[in-house]
Amino acid sequence: MSKITNILLVGVGGQGTLLASEILSEALKQAGFDVKKSEIHGMSQRGGSVVSHVRFGKEVHSPIIPEGEADILLGFELLESYRYLPLLKKGGKVVVNDLKINPSIVSTGGGSYPEGLADKIRRSFPDCIVLDGAELAISAGSAKAANTVLIGALSKQLDIDEKFWLAAIEKMVPAKALEINKKAFFLGRNVA
Amino acid sequence: MKEILSGNEAIARGAFEAGVKVASAYPGTPSTEILENIIQYKGIDASWSPNEKVALEVGIGASFGGGRALVTMKHVGVNVAADPLFTLSYTGVNGGLVLVTADDPEMHSSQNEQDNRNYAKFAKVPMLEPADSQECKDFTRLAFAISEQFDTPVMLRTTTRTSHGKSIVALEEPVTGLPAPKLARNAAKFVMLPSNARVRHPFIEERTVKLRQYANTLHVNRMEMRDRSIGVITSGIPYQYVREVLPDASVLKLGMVYPLPDMLIREFAEKVDKLYVVEELDPFIEDQVKAMGIEVIGKAIIPICGELTPGKLRKAFNLPEPEMSEVDTLPGRPPNMCPGCPHRGIFHTLNQLKAYVTGDIGCYTLGFLPPLSAMDTCICMGAGIGNATGITKVLPPEEQQKVVAVIGDSTFLHSGITGLLDMVYNKAPATVIILDNRITAMTGRQENPASGFTLMGEETFEVDLPQLVKALGVKNIRVIDPSDLAESKRVIKEEMERPEPSVVITRRPCVLIKREGVFERGAAVAVDVEVCTGCKACLKLGCPAIVWQEDGKKGKAFIDPQLCTGCSVCEQVCKFIAIGAKK
Repeated sequence: MSKITNILLVGVGGQGTLLASEILSEALKQAGFDVKKSEIHGMSQRGGSVVSHVRFGKEVHSPIIPEGEADILLGFELLESYRYLPLLKKGGKVVVNDLKINPSIVSTGGGSYPEGLADKIRRSFPDCIVLDGAELAISAGSAKAANTVLIGALSKQLDIDEKFWLAAIEKMVPAKALEINKKAFFLGRNVA
Repeated sequence: MKEILSGNEAIARGAFEAGVKVASAYPGTPSTEILENIIQYKGIDASWSPNEKVALEVGIGASFGGGRALVTMKHVGVNVAADPLFTLSYTGVNGGLVLVTADDPEMHSSQNEQDNRNYAKFAKVPMLEPADSQECKDFTRLAFAISEQFDTPVMLRTTTRTSHGKSIVALEEPVTGLPAPKLARNAAKFVMLPSNARVRHPFIEERTVKLRQYANTLHVNRMEMRDRSIGVITSGIPYQYVREVLPDASVLKLGMVYPLPDMLIREFAEKVDKLYVVEELDPFIEDQVKAMGIEVIGKAIIPICGELTPGKLRKAFNLPEPEMSEVDTLPGRPPNMCPGCPHRGIFHTLNQLKAYVTGDIGCYTLGFLPPLSAMDTCICMGAGIGNATGITKVLPPEEQQKVVAVIGDSTFLHSGITGLLDMVYNKAPATVIILDNRITAMTGRQENPASGFTLMGEETFEVDLPQLVKALGVKNIRVIDPSDLAESKRVIKEEMERPEPSVVITRRPCVLIKREGVFERGAAVAVDVEVCTGCKACLKLGCPAIVWQEDGKKGKAFIDPQLCTGCSVCEQVCKFIAIGAKK
C-alpha cells in the first residue's frame, strides 16, 4: 500500500482550525495528491473542541485517521493538543501553538487548567515545536492570522513546493486579508 | 475540472448537473449545507420549508409538475416526512424526485442514531449510499435517472462522515434535453384513494422485483476480487474503513443498499471462503443476506452502536493495534451558549423559579448543561409543548404550575403550532415560552418564516408570532426582552401561576446574525475588582466571557472584553454592583 500521510488539526471552535485545514487540503490537491478531510460541524461550533483530519497520498480511503496513526499533530491550543496525543503515532511530529483557552468548567472556577502541558507533550514527543502563533500573527499585521502562522509552521514538515501553499492561501483567504496572511505564513514557515 | 468538495457540496453539484428545478428542505445537521450550496447554481428554486413534511410535499408537487426535485433533511427529519413518503412510493413520480437522508451515527448533533436504510425497505423505495464526495455527486445524478426510469422516489443516504468529509470531485456538465414541466392530469396515478391505491400497490411490488434485477448489473454495485479467504460486503463510509484496515480482502461494494442485488451477493459469497458484512448501526444488509440462507458474520463482531472507525474495525478483526500515548484525565470542552446569547437569561430565570422545563431541539437545548441546568425533557422537534400538556394531565394543581415548555421560533413554526393548538383546545394549564431569536440558529443561522427572508435572500412576509398565537386561542400572551431579568422573572412567574395556557414570547436576536441592523453589539462591561466579593453569582450564568481568576487568597470574576457583547445580564445578577460599564 502506498504511503499515506496523516495530519490532525485540533483546536477550539472559533480559532480558524477549519479554514487552516481547507488551506492545507487545497495546497495538497494542487500538488497533485489525493486528499480527504473529515471534521464534525454542528455542536462543536459552540466553543467546543474542534478536530479536523487531513490525509493525503496516492489514493486515500478512510476520511478519518486510524487511531494511533497520525504523522503530524498541528495544535492550535495546548489542552486540545495534549488531549489528542493518543491519535498520534509513536515518533510522530507535534507543532503546537503556545496558547491556553480555558474550557468553561475552568473559567467558571470548577476546575483548573492543567499545568505544564508543553513539557508533557515534549516528554512523549521530544522534537515537538512550540510557537507563539498570536505574537507572530500580530507582527504580520493581525492576530486573526494565527491559523496561517501555524499552517506556515506545518508547511516546513511537508515536502510540498511553496508555490502550492501560496496558491491555496490565495484561493481560500479573502483578498483584503491576503497580504497579512502571506506574511503570517512565512513567519510560521521560518520558525519551524 | 476537479474541486475539493464536501459530500453536501457534491450533492448540490450533482443536483445541478442533473437539471434539478426545485430543491426544498428544513435545515438539520448534517444535511444543511446541501441547500446552502445549491443556491449558487442558476435555475434552481431552492427554499427552506417550515418542516420536512412540507419540504417533501413541495418536492412531490414539483415532480408531479414534471420538474426534477431534490428534498434534503437529517435522519430524524424523515420521521416528520414519512407520511407523504410512504404514499409517494405508491404514486411514483413524473419528474425525478430524490430524497436525501443525512444520518448521524454517533449522534454528533442528534437526539438518536436511527438507521434510515430501514426506511427504504419500509417504504419500498430504492436507496443509494455514496462512500465519498465523488460518489455523492455521481449517485445524485444516477438517482434522478433511476427515479424516472422506474417511476419511483429514490433515497440517497449519507452519514455525517460523507456529508461533512471532503474529497476530490471531477465535475461534469449538466444534462440537457429534459422535458419542460407542464400540467399533466393523471388521477389514477396521483389521486391516492383506496380504489386507485389498490391498483398501485402491485405496481410497487413489481417495481421492487425489477429494481432488484437492475441492481444485479448496476455498475455501482461492484465486486473487487483480491485475496479470497475473506470477503466483505459493505457500503458507504464503512467501505473506506474496510479498504483501509483489510486492504487485501475481497469486497462487494454496494452503491445501492436497497433493494439488494441477490444474484451478485450469491456469486460473491461463493467466491470467498469466509463472508462478512461490515456496516454501521443496524444489521440491515446482514439480516437480508441471512434471509437468503447465506452464512455471514456481521454484528457478532461489528459494534451496533455508534459510528465505526478504522480502529474499531481493527479490533473486530483482531488485528494488531499501534502503541498509543496515554494522557491524563482532562477537563472536557462541551459546546456552550455564545456570550450574549438571548437564551441565557431565560434559563437562569427558569432555574431560579424551579420550573419543570419540557425542552425542545435547538441551541437552547444547551440550557440543560450546568450551570444553567434548566431543562427536564427533550424528545424531538416540537415535543416540548405536547409533553407539557401531557404532564399537567397527571399532576396535582400545585405541581402543574411548575410546567413550562420552551421552544425556539423556528422549532415552533416547524411543529409547535399544532401542540399549542392542542394545549388551548384541551385546556392544559401550562406555560409556553417561545424563544424568538429571529433565526434558525443551531444549524448555522438559516432563515425561517419568522425571519422575513428566504433562503435565496429575498425579503418576504414575516409571520407575526403574537398574532399567530392569538389565533390559536391563547388569551394570555406576553412579549418580553429576555435580557431584562427582573421583568422576565416577574412575567414568567405570573404566567406560571395562572391556571390556564399562556405564552411568553422572548424577543432578542441571536448574536451570530450577520445581516445588518439585526444584532447590535453593545459595549463590553467590566468587573470592578475593588467591589467584587468573589461570590461567583455571575459564574452561574455559564457565560464564556466571564472568567474566574484566582487573585491571591480570594478569586474574582473577570470579563473578557473580546468576548463580551454587553448584554448586561451579568450586571443584573451582581448584587454588589461590581459589574458595569468600563471605567
